[in-house]
Amino acid sequence: MIDALIIDSGGANLASLQYAFARLGATTCVSAAPEAVVAARRVVLPGVGSAADAMRRLRAAGLAGVLPKLTQPLLGICLGMQLLFEHSAEGEVECLGILPQRVQRLQPSPARPVPHMGWNCLPTAEADPLLEGLGALPYFYFVHGYAAPVGPFTLAPVEYGESFSAVVRRANFWGVQFHPERSAAAGARVLTNFLRL
Amino acid sequence: MRDGQVVKGVTFRDHRVVGDIMSLATRYREEGADELVFYDITASPQGRSVDRGWVRRVARVLDIPFCVAGGIRTVADAEAVLNAGAEKISINSPALADPDLIDALSQRFGAQCVVVGIDSQRTPEGYRAYQLTGDPTRSRPSGRDVLEWVREVQARGAGEIVLNCMGSDGLRSGYDIEQLRAVRAVCHVPLVASGGAGAIEHFAAAFTQAGVDAALAASVFHTGAITISELKRALRGCGIEIRP
Repeated sequence: MIDALIIDSGGANLASLQYAFARLGATTCVSAAPEAVVAARRVVLPGVGSAADAMRRLRAAGLAGVLPKLTQPLLGICLGMQLLFEHSAEGEVECLGILPQRVQRLQPSPARPVPHMGWNCLPTAEADPLLEGLGALPYFYFVHGYAAPVGPFTLAPVEYGESFSAVVRRANFWGVQFHPERSAAAGARVLTNFLRL
Repeated sequence: MRDGQVVKGVTFRDHRVVGDIMSLATRYREEGADELVFYDITASPQGRSVDRGWVRRVARVLDIPFCVAGGIRTVADAEAVLNAGAEKISINSPALADPDLIDALSQRFGAQCVVVGIDSQRTPEGYRAYQLTGDPTRSRPSGRDVLEWVREVQARGAGEIVLNCMGSDGLRSGYDIEQLRAVRAVCHVPLVASGGAGAIEHFAAAFTQAGVDAALAASVFHTGAITISELKRALRGCGIEIRP
């Protein structure tokens, strides 16, 4: 049985995610077929590129209506997490609407260039199976120019000039703004936890 | 990187083999490197693109971000490298030859993937960007002023700039702080210092005096003069926020 299905959202760079799961001994497949997504044990929604492009691809694949109805664990990564929200300012596009609130552009400042690229630690986190065993002050690798505000579904905030959501969850939908596949041991732990959900 | 091995020169000349790609990549990851950059220094001067086989091999084992530079001239070249598992691509000579490439890459993959490397030399007229620096016999000034080029590449969609100060490269006498500060003043995307690191204080100075977002080094790590773990401990001791 396939441990996780990675949605082919059309962007480049699914390889690093597939390799990360392979290092953990997990089997993955890549697909954009709605019936395969519905049947999958776990679903990963990655995303590199712009929100508007990604939503266009999800709609074209017939997934925009399917994803919010899924009942198995789903993990949105980076842009994939942002797509879980109502709306993104990146291209002013309606997203999946699984989470309320709108994704906004990060505001650059002299000390905080945008895009935000680098390692940041999560100072606090709610208890959640996805975040088990991380220890104090785990660092993760972030690469993004847009972010979701801290809200009722935030499990862990992160600060980069302003505070925004690093990890969110609503029911069976989880999202991480960082790249667990590029976050060394801490990232591997998050993926391991996801494979146990 | 040259012909499948890791090499290092001094002021872009006299490159010597320092080791095998996979073993160095794994070693630096274990020591706590936050990102690795692979420069295929023979790619642009020889008019060929990077060999992608090693990119995939590196991506399979590395769980930290890595960037690939060298001879990426087209969107298709970049796509192949990103699809093989690299996080970012860095362009230098091809961007100088065809600045529209920066726009095209940024629109296709997003600014966060697109690093522009600048090989900079001090001249009596100011800082000048050099091209084809991987081959000492072909390295030459591009005619562009570095500060103007930094402004232009950002406007075109570069998401990160690596400033390689050629005058200090490989000498281990310190980053060119004055030059980095001048670039920092006009650079609103992440800025990476490169060229000249020889001691822990040099790294600290790049962060505290020039305000860079990251510091890149090769010689001191390849020779073992500084280990990444001791460097990071020392930088944290200076109050610089860095992953342990």
